[in-house]
Amino acid sequence: MLKILVCIKQVPDTNEIKIDPVKGTLIREGVPSIMNPDDKAGLEAALRLKDKYGANVTVISMGPMQAQEIIREAIAMGADDGYLLSDFKFAGADTLATSTALCGAIKNFEYDLVIMGRQAIDGDTAQVGPETAELLGIPQISYAASIDYKDGYFIVERKVEDRIYVLKAKAPIVVTVLGESMKPRYMNVARLIDVYRNKQINVWTAEKTNTPAEKLGLKGSPTQVKESFGKQLKAAGTVMDNLDPQEAAKVIAKTLAEKHYL
Amino acid sequence: MLEGYKDVYVFAETRDGKIQDIAFELLGKGREIADITSSKLHAILVGYNVSKEAKKLIGYGADEVIVVDDKCLENYLTEQYVQATYHIINERHPNIVLIGATSIGRDLAPRLSARLKTGLTADCTKLEAEASGALFMTRPAFGGNLMATIVSPNTRPQMSTVRPGVMQKLHYDESRKGEVTTVKVPFDASKFKVEVVEIKRENKKQVKIEDAKILVSCGRGVGKANLHLLEDLATELHATVSGSRAVVDDGIIEQARQVGQTGKTVRPNVYFALGISGAIQHIAGMENSEFIIAINKDKFANIFQIADLGIVGDVKKIVPLLVEEIKKIKAQ
Repeated sequence: MLKILVCIKQVPDTNEIKIDPVKGTLIREGVPSIMNPDDKAGLEAALRLKDKYGANVTVISMGPMQAQEIIREAIAMGADDGYLLSDFKFAGADTLATSTALCGAIKNFEYDLVIMGRQAIDGDTAQVGPETAELLGIPQISYAASIDYKDGYFIVERKVEDRIYVLKAKAPIVVTVLGESMKPRYMNVARLIDVYRNKQINVWTAEKTNTPAEKLGLKGSPTQVKESFGKQLKAAGTVMDNLDPQEAAKVIAKTLAEKHYL
Repeated sequence: MLEGYKDVYVFAETRDGKIQDIAFELLGKGREIADITSSKLHAILVGYNVSKEAKKLIGYGADEVIVVDDKCLENYLTEQYVQATYHIINERHPNIVLIGATSIGRDLAPRLSARLKTGLTADCTKLEAEASGALFMTRPAFGGNLMATIVSPNTRPQMSTVRPGVMQKLHYDESRKGEVTTVKVPFDASKFKVEVVEIKRENKKQVKIEDAKILVSCGRGVGKANLHLLEDLATELHATVSGSRAVVDDGIIEQARQVGQTGKTVRPNVYFALGISGAIQHIAGMENSEFIIAINKDKFANIFQIADLGIVGDVKKIVPLLVEEIKKIKAQ
């Protein structure tokens, strides 16, 4: 039976973040935490392989204790088991230190396939998948739109700007999945109730990664944030909210003509 | 430990043996950084039958082009390309390496930086160098809500992927002088474990919204049934139709036309935001447009904060009338 590991991350729903129109700063209060959409698509890809060929699907997440929520969600969707890496030693990790920790955790398992989302909506780096694959010393296929398994090979459609590469590789490999490619299934209600009543989420500390502390977290991060700042929006122009459609059309057409855009 | 690392290296991405625009954009920025840091600018050209393209890179600003031309590099495959670029970087010890934030660059760069045990900053929209050689890499995070400036103080090379369409290329100068160096890489083919089964090209002609002078952009407030109204407007203006992530997710327009953080960065002369509320992810991709015209029913929509001309109203009613008005003006 295939053994699949899926890495998932809990992220703030950046679609819900708004900008304070007066101060120009982020409004973070009340922004819900969700399973990163690309990771959820990755989990769906794993569950489709499970439906088709039978597989053991284990999810791994790294984050604060509240990230257990998305592990429960993953199990309710159909994953078999879940592990949370949670330790202050991971704090402040950049993508390389994150990948180092994940690599250490993954080495505790036997696996054929590691699936990750292409990128997380809070960081948008798309680096953790390839970096983890390099540290594990196994091939990667990123930007996957589909994953199949035939005659001992994983067949992956890698979708890039103007073409699709159909690629094949033997286990073990890392695949990063495009969020828009797979619509994730809903949670199964019976499984959801079961996971809250009966299921213990495994929580691992840094020790389980068998990695020296200086390679983890802030200490293990070659990149550092020097500063961060809210984005300056350019000043608003004219807004007209009392025109009928005919007048509005005239104003726009006149503006286009005056500015020589026609 | 940082001594002995010098110069700026740019990865020149090719597809089907042709150098992509992103390579010239990187050279434009790379030239500026090389001049500030009093160092040289090198382009790494990796592929099959690409040697003939090398002098273009000199015309766009490179002092040297390092060519790796090998049959195994015909198609982009991660391990092959990582071995080729790693070999060069390991021999040359660059201070800075820039790679395009394309689907190739974002696959190659993290694998390469992890092999080099150095830092990598993703999808930068601004790069600033100091004479000392330090690089300040600014990128959007939180879906464009926040900008962060990243440094790699203790490791070299300093690496970043750079968003296409943001940096300016130099004017092509055929008379520029530079060297072309061919390098033979000792590939370890036993590590080539991913094989190409098939390459499917998308048949329809690729729309390039980033090249359009006028974009008519569709948001969720328009809906599939009314898309033809926007197409009529686009036809009248010789414009191209684009859209927000929401309408791509709804299958109303294809992904190649998506503007925003996870789509394309555009800077047309005129950008029509029609029925687009203006999520910050969308704004990140179009805010540098010269003139932004927004129509939205919701007068509190975010898009009005950046529109040069904002109209509170119904796209469905206004757009057909606008087409008529434009026809009238053109007829005069």
